[in-house]
Amino acid sequence: MSDLLELKNVTKVYTRGLLSSASTTALSDISLKLESGQPTIMTVAGESGSGKTTLAMLLLGFIQPTTGQILYKGKDINTLRGEERMMFRREVQAVFQDPFAVFNPFYTVDHLLTVPIQRFKLAKSKAEVNAIMVDALTAVGLRPGDVLGRFPHQLSGGQRQRINVARALVLRPKLLVADEPVSMVDASLRANILETLRALQRDYGVSIIYITHDLTTAFHIANSIVVLYRGMVMEAGDVDAVIKTPKHPYTRLLVDSIPWPDINRRWGETEIKAKESELSDHAVGCKFSSRCPFVMDKCKQIPPLFQLAKNQAASCYLFDQHPSIAPEKLSELLPV
Amino acid sequence: MTPVLQVRNLQVSYYTDAGRARALDGVDLTLEAGEKLGLVGESGSGKSTMALAMMRMIKPPGRIEGGQVIVDGTDLNILSEQEMLKARLSKIAYIPQGAMNSLNPVIRIGSQMMDAIKAHKDQSTTDWISPAEMEKRCKLALESVDLNPSVFKMYAHELSGGMKQRACIAISILLRPKVIIADEPTSALDVVTQRQVMETIDRVQEQIGAAVILIGHDMGLMAQFVDKVAVMYAGRFMELSSVRNMFTDPKHPYAQALIKSLPNLEKRGVFNGIPGMAPALLQLPGGCAFHPRCSQAMEICHTKRPEPVTLSSGQILECHLYSERA
Repeated sequence: MSDLLELKNVTKVYTRGLLSSASTTALSDISLKLESGQPTIMTVAGESGSGKTTLAMLLLGFIQPTTGQILYKGKDINTLRGEERMMFRREVQAVFQDPFAVFNPFYTVDHLLTVPIQRFKLAKSKAEVNAIMVDALTAVGLRPGDVLGRFPHQLSGGQRQRINVARALVLRPKLLVADEPVSMVDASLRANILETLRALQRDYGVSIIYITHDLTTAFHIANSIVVLYRGMVMEAGDVDAVIKTPKHPYTRLLVDSIPWPDINRRWGETEIKAKESELSDHAVGCKFSSRCPFVMDKCKQIPPLFQLAKNQAASCYLFDQHPSIAPEKLSELLPV
Repeated sequence: MTPVLQVRNLQVSYYTDAGRARALDGVDLTLEAGEKLGLVGESGSGKSTMALAMMRMIKPPGRIEGGQVIVDGTDLNILSEQEMLKARLSKIAYIPQGAMNSLNPVIRIGSQMMDAIKAHKDQSTTDWISPAEMEKRCKLALESVDLNPSVFKMYAHELSGGMKQRACIAISILLRPKVIIADEPTSALDVVTQRQVMETIDRVQEQIGAAVILIGHDMGLMAQFVDKVAVMYAGRFMELSSVRNMFTDPKHPYAQALIKSLPNLEKRGVFNGIPGMAPALLQLPGGCAFHPRCSQAMEICHTKRPEPVTLSSGQILECHLYSERA
């Protein structure tokens, strides 16, 4: 089985200009794999600064990895040219977080949806173009009559975001990179958009990389989850196991901070140890050690991944009695 | 105990080329000091309009068409523009959506805080305080939101999203307002920061004894934070109940659907979206605005708008299912 997408030891370092020696490692040695025969939804979770958006940018080919390779159907996405590049551009689509920033204010919604249809020659006539647009808009819960012919400033944030999903839908992609697609959408519509995403995976065989900080929606939509903190994998595995029985102290803090819509389940007692202002970017070893309540001496070394169960692994010395696994093998324990 | 906030029959319309949109259609609300109310609803249901109307910050083509907003005994709607300027922040404060982007990038946080005080303390009057005193107050406010007093000398870009948001909260409590309105204060923040910001609001509101209105659509946050929840739909309150009643025993069909649409730990992968779409305010359906999406709609719902009824459990509802029985 060939791989749809493979990340091989990808590291991304941002440097600050020519003269400054300060640099930020946004992602460090990430290896992941998505197989093409088995469409899945993988969540990449983490707070701001965890490198999740950097990952999205890398996957879409907007930026290049400092070291490592990103392969799409076996080919490095940064060397694709001509036909192949067009295919990659069509088959890998994105939905971004901020529905206010992605629209050109001078173009109507029609223009936005028509351009990709024409560019990839998906329709033969005007009527067909229209039919595709109407289908896609209806699929994401919009009344076509309400939005067609409108300018972005006349639409609400929720409407805009659904238009983004519709735009991706139009192209029938193989891989959808969704970077916080519902964080700015109403809760009642969130369910509809997530359902649309899942239908996309189930019915059209689209794999989805769902990037989010919202573990509630991740829990409901994804099969597997990778939790990042400052560019490193903290915990990964089956979404059910990771969220119901989080092991890594960071994942525990995250899960504990989820505001569950349940009044019998209060916000956890885990103290938020370090205040943001006191955090240093350059912790040696485990990146979470400066906020970790269980920090030990050996945390000055970067902990390897320990396999805790068939479908769960955490990078933390608290679990060093378990066998460690190589980062390249991580994908093998993620369920599809 | 007298309530600190009374909203009576507040109405706001937007006049557009296509006609008049009633964004807020007669809303009543009473809050005591220290009470926390959650205001939920879909986009376009009037949540933010209500916040802006209470602050008297509705801009044309919108207009406040009637009603009263009484804070601490003063009706804000009859104040002059000058008096209203003074009332904002000192009586009623507003933390807008994405407040962290409202900080001026080229002015130090401290100067922005001092500006807020200066604008409310007239130099000629007796409540004038010295700059040193002002600085002390600002630093106290920063400390109360868990920020280092050194933030006073910093610029917005030196702070993270959560810190900026807390700096905005610090500004909003500077003059100890009676009512704080927070419009989705954490929508762009991640969960850990969100919890920290909400805990901050919780703590400072207790300190100054203000009533808080939290606007948002995150029911999870509501469950963790507020005492009462008001569900808005098409510019009206569909249901107003205690947070416990709302989550365990919602009465209005819309509130029921909203609660059912929530994800929980037990039923993984079950989505119960609310069918249909929020109504266009320009052509509101007759009768009850929710009837086209309501699974229990009756004949009367098409023609007659339900009047609010109060159940024995304290829930206030606008629904014919209950007005019949009452």
